[in-house]
Amino acid sequence: MDLRAIETPPGEDERAAVDSVLGPAPAHEPPLSARVTDERRTQLLPTLLALQAQVGWVSERGLGYACRRLGVPPAEGFGVASFYGLLSLEQRPAAFAHVCDDLACKAAGAERLCAEVTTRLGEKSWARSPCLGLCEQAPAALVTVAGQRPLEQAFGHATTDKIAAALSATPVAAQTPHFGGTGPRRLLARVGVVDPSSLDDYRAHGGYAALREALVRGTEGVLQEITLAKLVGRGGAAFPTGRKWEAVARAPARPHYVVCNADESEPGTFKDRVLIEHDPFGLVEAMTIAGFATGAERGVIYLRGEYPLAFARLSHAIAVARKHGLLGADIMGRGFTFELEVRRGAGAYICGEETALFNSIEGYRGEPRNKPPFPVHSGLFGKPTAINNVETLVAVLDIVRDGAAAYGSVGTSGSPGTKLFCVSGKVEKPGVYELPFGARVDELIALAGGVPGGKKLRAVLLGGAAGHFIGPERLHVQLSFEHTRAAGLSLGSGVVMVFDETDELGPLLQRIAAFFRDESCGQCVPCRVGTVRQEELVARLVAQRPLGSVQTELTLLNELAQSMRDASICGLGQTASSAIESALALTPFGGAS
Amino acid sequence: MTRRTVQLTIDGKQASVPEDATLLDACTSLGIETPTLCWAENLTPVNVCRICVVEVEGARVLVPSCSRKVEAGMVVHTDSPRVRTSRKLVLELLGSSVDMSLSPIFLEYSKRYGADPARFGPKAPKAKAGERDAAVPGHHHAPDGTHAATVAQPVKRDNDLFLRDYEKCMLCMKCVQACGTDAQNTFAIAVSGRGFEARISTEHDTALPDSACVFCGNCIGVCPTGALMFNVEHDLRAAKKWDESKQTVTDTVCSYCGVGCTLSLRVQDNQIVRVTSPSDNSVTAGNLCVKGRFGWGFVKGDE
Repeated sequence: MDLRAIETPPGEDERAAVDSVLGPAPAHEPPLSARVTDERRTQLLPTLLALQAQVGWVSERGLGYACRRLGVPPAEGFGVASFYGLLSLEQRPAAFAHVCDDLACKAAGAERLCAEVTTRLGEKSWARSPCLGLCEQAPAALVTVAGQRPLEQAFGHATTDKIAAALSATPVAAQTPHFGGTGPRRLLARVGVVDPSSLDDYRAHGGYAALREALVRGTEGVLQEITLAKLVGRGGAAFPTGRKWEAVARAPARPHYVVCNADESEPGTFKDRVLIEHDPFGLVEAMTIAGFATGAERGVIYLRGEYPLAFARLSHAIAVARKHGLLGADIMGRGFTFELEVRRGAGAYICGEETALFNSIEGYRGEPRNKPPFPVHSGLFGKPTAINNVETLVAVLDIVRDGAAAYGSVGTSGSPGTKLFCVSGKVEKPGVYELPFGARVDELIALAGGVPGGKKLRAVLLGGAAGHFIGPERLHVQLSFEHTRAAGLSLGSGVVMVFDETDELGPLLQRIAAFFRDESCGQCVPCRVGTVRQEELVARLVAQRPLGSVQTELTLLNELAQSMRDASICGLGQTASSAIESALALTPFGGAS
Repeated sequence: MTRRTVQLTIDGKQASVPEDATLLDACTSLGIETPTLCWAENLTPVNVCRICVVEVEGARVLVPSCSRKVEAGMVVHTDSPRVRTSRKLVLELLGSSVDMSLSPIFLEYSKRYGADPARFGPKAPKAKAGERDAAVPGHHHAPDGTHAATVAQPVKRDNDLFLRDYEKCMLCMKCVQACGTDAQNTFAIAVSGRGFEARISTEHDTALPDSACVFCGNCIGVCPTGALMFNVEHDLRAAKKWDESKQTVTDTVCSYCGVGCTLSLRVQDNQIVRVTSPSDNSVTAGNLCVKGRFGWGFVKGDE
């Protein structure tokens, strides 16, 4: 081995930041003699996040010290650090704002806000950000103030005054999102009702009844109930949860892991944030049941880095649950062990792809792996892993407690139960809505108060940036997996973003194209270069300056989209064109028909 | 122990291959030539270039043949319209963003699949030195679409032995693998950045002599596009004196130590212009050390 370390010693603040994660350095550090691929490396991203939070950036000597402590070659450490949007490799002001200019915020005047922030606060103290998951309170911002006690605040209805206040470390009041729906409140049963910091309150509202029931049903009983309930993943891929859990439970390799994908980053999606912020014990209990059912003694919740309030509340809930014997060894006196930890992302949409998420936890770049092998056989640390979205896990609570039959009392035959929808954009009451599957898009929009100001609805983005635009003539589509599939659409992560007649589709398409280009991990050619070519092509169409004719451009886009869909490694590249293609069917730029 | 064999159908023909074979192996066993760019026989497949994709019946998307293992009863198509379109687009996307002019196999594939990179418009001007290295993930200048973005940038020449011309880098990962666990275990280089700004780099873009690099040159040995090149070859090419018709390749054994590495010396005008070792050589598997790769200055010495 010829590893070479960055020898420049760290500054005091950098040493303190790294040691806050790894503990004090041993008196005689072992030489950097071999690249570590074991569990030590999994502390790389938490360490880099600590440097960012406490020092304000990841300096060369800070990174060098972190790599030395962890046995990571500096080039690889740099490769990881330079992958994430929330880590800065350049020195910048300790107080820094990320202003969202993504779809919902753009429709809510983010461009004006960005211009005003530049004028009043200068260019150095802020940057644009992709969707911050606060779309129901658009426009949104995330402000971080670095220091020994870092302060992070994400807030909606952002104004320059609010951003300036947050930059000077003044607390900005968090707003309670709007919740609504029709039919039984299951996923939202405790949201806005319980005190999210109180285990007693959680228990008083039915908390931990599901885990007790799970322990009575036994592993097989839980697996059977989940399968009978026909629960499928709510993160976008709609894979049957029962089949996933059963495959992990029966996998001979040990240990097993359960992972919660809380890296909610699909533009327009904020339901998981609301669930975690307002019912954190629900997720802790659901993860415990998942561990019990799949034979896993360790669970990890990978939470997107832009959700500081969710992180604080979830961390608190885990600590309280552990203190009360609901996590750790011998849970509820039944000889079942389960440990749970939260890992934070650092600004990378791609880490919501399950195998990229594993790589991120393991301390590697968040690049998706080729599948097969699938996570149920080879997931986190190469071991059998059940990975599920937050909403999927929370749905498990009702199924286990009340049984599959009760769960399927609402919804459609193909999609039993209820679903959360993230309604944002031009509606009176944007927020999280829980509806039985099968409700129509126009019913949901009416529930959210309809389009304000008597304006006409122009288009709805269904399923997120990786979903589809539909025009006003298709609002009768029923929101279920089978109905949307039959209509050539997808529910995705439950995004319903409404645009009215004053919203131009062109800039929105350009934002979507820019988003996929920015968030591509860069591994495979179809996505790495294809998303660049797509953005260039959309720019030409919107500016009505086609290369050749509009028809040749559309043919080119069609081939580009097909090859990205067919040949990309993961879902990001495979879906990077779908919203754009669907919008072009609504808006024939340049007079194409 | 005998390995079990698996039967599958490729382009209507029956293939019978060991159970741990890849689809690429199975295609080769039937004489079906499958294009590859990031694959190499002496490296772990990374399946990132996606030119080797094939269509497997029942699969939602195409699969990379270089790394996908065979399964009994698979029905595979290697020349379907879907396969041809994706291969053509991969070639056009690379051709429009990377200087692939020193990859004869790329030019041959481009002809075979009718790739026309110019469909994406004229290439954007070269980036300034350091510009791509300073890219911040999640941020880029919005394009107006009049030019096709490229990875073009000035050559990095920071030592006397070899240089890095990342205008020619298609991110096949071979150099990273050769520097890492597949050969050298030095880890001097890795991928940094994200998306189109992803790049091969030392930590903080440190110059090679200040990095962990040991100048074994195994990265040059595996580079398929000429992005990593001996300085002497680069200078000859720049002076338009590089002439393969005047070159010979002679195999010899390295005289420095007792390992016995085979050296393939490429010579032009009585001057060594490149040193490699055959990738199927049982001693080297294509790898050398700094002495074998670069220590031939004495050949032209006075004594």
